[in-house]
Amino acid sequence: MAEKLIGTDIAPPDLHAKITGRAKYAEDFRAPGMVFAKLLLSPMPHARVRRVDASRALSMPGVIDILRADEVPAREGPREAVLTDNPRYEGEPILAVAAVDEETAAAAIEEIEIDFEPFPFVLDPLDSLRPGGPNPYVEGNQFSGQDGWSEFKWTEADFATIDAGEMPDPECPVEWTKGDPAAAFAESALVLEETIVHQSLTHHPMEPRSNMAYWEGDRLFAFVSTQSSQQTKFALAGALDMDPENITLVSEYAGGGFGSKIAGTTIMQLPAIFSQKIGRPVMLRVTRYEENYIGRARPGFQSWLKMGFLENGKCNAIDLIIVQESGPYGAGDFNTAGMIADLTYTPQNMRFRAVPMYTNTPPKAAQRGPGGAQIISMMEPILEKAGRELGIDRLEMHLINAPRPDVRFGPRDNSLTSVHTVEALEQGAELFDWASKSQLSGQRNGSKVTGVGIGLSPYTAGSRGRDGMVIIRPDGRLYVHQGIGNLGTHSIADTARPAAELLGFNWEDVVIVWGDSSRGYPRSTVQAGSQTTTAHTRANRAAAEDALRKIRAVAASSMGGSPGAYRVDDGRVSGPGGTMTLGAVAQRAIAMGGEYDGHVLPDDIHAQTVPAAQMLAGAGLMGIARDNFGGEGNIYSWVAGFALVELDEETGVVELKEYVGVTDCGTVIHPRSLGAQVFGGSIQGMGMAMTQRWVFDPKWGVPFANRLYTARPPGILDVPPDLKWGAVGIPDPQDPIGAKGIGEPPVGAGAAALTCAVADAMGGRCLCRTPLTPDILLAEIEGREQGFGRLDQHIG
Amino acid sequence: MAKIRDMIPAFELLQPTSVEAAMDLLDEHREEAWVLAGGLDSFDWFKDRIKRPSVVVDLGGIPELTGISEIENGLVIGAMTSLTEVERHERIRAEYSVVADAARHVATPQIRNQGTLGGNVSQDTRCWYYRSGWPCYRAGGNTCYAAAPQAMNREHCIMGRSRCVAVNPSDTAPALIAVDAKMIVENPGGPSVYDAEDFFIGPAIDITRMTVITPRDLLTRIQIPATWANAEFYYEKVRDRASWDFQLVSVAAAFRKAGDTIEEARIAVNGVAPYPVRVEAAERIVAGTSGDEATAAAAGEAAIEGARALRHNDYKIPMMRNLVRRAVRSVA
Repeated sequence: MAEKLIGTDIAPPDLHAKITGRAKYAEDFRAPGMVFAKLLLSPMPHARVRRVDASRALSMPGVIDILRADEVPAREGPREAVLTDNPRYEGEPILAVAAVDEETAAAAIEEIEIDFEPFPFVLDPLDSLRPGGPNPYVEGNQFSGQDGWSEFKWTEADFATIDAGEMPDPECPVEWTKGDPAAAFAESALVLEETIVHQSLTHHPMEPRSNMAYWEGDRLFAFVSTQSSQQTKFALAGALDMDPENITLVSEYAGGGFGSKIAGTTIMQLPAIFSQKIGRPVMLRVTRYEENYIGRARPGFQSWLKMGFLENGKCNAIDLIIVQESGPYGAGDFNTAGMIADLTYTPQNMRFRAVPMYTNTPPKAAQRGPGGAQIISMMEPILEKAGRELGIDRLEMHLINAPRPDVRFGPRDNSLTSVHTVEALEQGAELFDWASKSQLSGQRNGSKVTGVGIGLSPYTAGSRGRDGMVIIRPDGRLYVHQGIGNLGTHSIADTARPAAELLGFNWEDVVIVWGDSSRGYPRSTVQAGSQTTTAHTRANRAAAEDALRKIRAVAASSMGGSPGAYRVDDGRVSGPGGTMTLGAVAQRAIAMGGEYDGHVLPDDIHAQTVPAAQMLAGAGLMGIARDNFGGEGNIYSWVAGFALVELDEETGVVELKEYVGVTDCGTVIHPRSLGAQVFGGSIQGMGMAMTQRWVFDPKWGVPFANRLYTARPPGILDVPPDLKWGAVGIPDPQDPIGAKGIGEPPVGAGAAALTCAVADAMGGRCLCRTPLTPDILLAEIEGREQGFGRLDQHIG
Repeated sequence: MAKIRDMIPAFELLQPTSVEAAMDLLDEHREEAWVLAGGLDSFDWFKDRIKRPSVVVDLGGIPELTGISEIENGLVIGAMTSLTEVERHERIRAEYSVVADAARHVATPQIRNQGTLGGNVSQDTRCWYYRSGWPCYRAGGNTCYAAAPQAMNREHCIMGRSRCVAVNPSDTAPALIAVDAKMIVENPGGPSVYDAEDFFIGPAIDITRMTVITPRDLLTRIQIPATWANAEFYYEKVRDRASWDFQLVSVAAAFRKAGDTIEEARIAVNGVAPYPVRVEAAERIVAGTSGDEATAAAAGEAAIEGARALRHNDYKIPMMRNLVRRAVRSVA
């Protein structure tokens, strides 16, 4: 009997290379004649390049050439080009210089004389919404594909309301309503109204977005840092307007992305374009400092929230306004935030309004749980506050409001494939011992006050309809071709398990093929939105089912009997006619040709799969299929986070003492890896709530906290060593494997458990902003004036 | 000139193997020379190409600068002794625990392995305007960006300002003041011995330096006299993040008691001024008391006498007050 693979701890095949340092990340690659590029970044948040004199730089020994904005594809409207003469944030790349070594390139950049015309800039969206306020673009502050640029301002009356600390009723470009919020609020036993600020913060993956490229004739070889692999090839082809089949994209390892490298990066175009110009391989090593600017950031929210509750604790109405700081090139978090508010609190009556605002701050992008993590960390303390005011236990509040399987949410009444929030909350409450721990709320020990809190956080967790491709070669091994990326989540290995298990392979006989597009991949998902686990366990299962059908057919044709009578296990197929090794089956499949070895392909596979399958045809028995398992509704995973903190009222320091995260993510494929995701995401969320920040000088428009030590993302020394996790483990019934993704929901859970626990330690006072640093908490405790306004962003 | 960061420009690296040789090199290269200890502060400056010395004198190969030795009247710590060694040294832990405690609160284990005690006390300020290369007073310019009305200054000073509002970032500095450590600085004219509290200087004395060290000077040893051995100590560092962080405010204190009475106290606070502040007013209040709550409260109030906040750092006033109060309370 082959070993059971699903639900067991198996070290991923790339682990040894990572630990020993043999793993090659993009910047570890070299090519003959390779030169190094360095970037010149904009020193101003909004400007126009008036004049560049690179003559001294270009005459330096070792300097090869310069690349300017007019040599890269131009982008109209609020779209990002890889280089620009019209920078819209401090740190935007203006030009690049290539030289024989990096030091020469850096020295050459310093020799460039460049002159900018500065323009007014916007850091805080509310400044731009004010009548007469500045705009982030010379042309305005709102853009539509149809009408181009315009100026959008709220009224003096709106701001009179805002400045009075009240919820305004402004015009918003995004609006949807469900039910009858006004009538529902009238029926509410309790209505809470809050002003909430959620900070914007950078992604800070450990590996910056370094990359290298060279050309051989029309063929581009690109070595990039990306979350996805196969889809990045297509994104790069699109950006460079070239045939994707002329790109060999290598990305064996990625040191994290958190949403900032979904289908690669904008900057990955630069070595390709520069290399084409100078005819030599170009390496661009992006530094931590540069990563701070070009590495993307989570959009900040300034928000007004009105939440109504019935006497029994049920949320019956939500009115939510989000002003989103979108950076110069936009972001979509606000939409998800509205959906997730509706999903998590099931009010039935909701009005959602949003104003995404361009700003002259570094570009925004999805960051692990985009929109969801912000709104959960903002709203959970309000739910708990309602519990306090209504006299209902806070766990009970979460249980009362958590969605059930029949939930409908969002403006189009979306449904879910499965939801086990109640089980997650109950399991978490048991593991955390909520019954006892909640009794500690407010308990004093000297100057320290205990607080406990719960954060229930959902996020999308899957997609359907991708392709899978597996090949059993004559060596008797199963080759699983994985077009997904390898960003440390173990997905490349773990999503192959259903194929191996169905085909009865021991794990040692499974070869994961990944990291280099010339190896051939089926159509894969981008590794984002926590889609991968679901999408590719399904796709690989579909491919394995196709392989199984073909193995049986080959066995029956070789040994007689009916295909259905044959069984596979342990690298063999056995049935009425006898036994064959799968290596022999592969050999026979090659001889039979046609569909058996991939010379004839299914009609419904994606066009992106076909060239890879054609290239690999004849290599062995090919299992290839589209995921046609179907399903209805959105796939969401959940994490219920429970935190116990001690707040020191004399210093404002919050110490996390205990944390439990329990997930509803369906079937558990790889327990150890799942635990790492629950912890990693939760800790990232804790940093978002408590320590990590970005600070901008409002006069000069430039960010500080642009190094890891000043940005303060949390590390392993910042949390207790004995965090606990659990999983509900109920398979998603619509899925052949039953597994849902897990990357994103822990962030909101970790963040919200902390924002709730801190509010609890503050006696129920919610500061309604992040991060909750000691200065802010202490000033609040001491009743001293904060140095910033209620709605101010970027104060850290 | 366009700006480049995270790329160390070339320099001449000199690696003397004796103090004498190091002194010769410093004498030869004067203002051109940069003294390199553990490198945690230096490399940040070099990487950002803001400080661009032509000559770097690396002290890493001078055995006589490392190690902790016991002398008749206390301990002598070589300036190049790692913070880890200071943190783990048995006698320091037993008799001068405030110094070990302070060392333990520096950054992370990796940084403590690499960072040295001499380097820790010689660090430049972390004011982010200054560290970003802005032409402020401290950098030779004619303004302080951090004190501007809209400036982001939550981590800046509440006292001791003189044009510059930056703070001293050293975790060990207040502890060394608390134990009345002596800083031994060699220069061509022979060694000078400074009390720890005089080793650190404010912008009113010299806005471009954090310590008395000038070119041709070398901090070689830190001596902890036995005067305060086995006193009662208190150390606390408030920071945003539980590891790898500079202080917002820190306090180090030593109390000599007779029975229940505090005979004498030394209390130092860092993160509140451009130099670590010895709060003598609080020490005077504490002396002769039991360190009871009322005394602690009065000491806290005395410590913040004259403190004045910038826009974003008003919290440091109660934080300093509370830390001094806690230090006193700890011996009651």
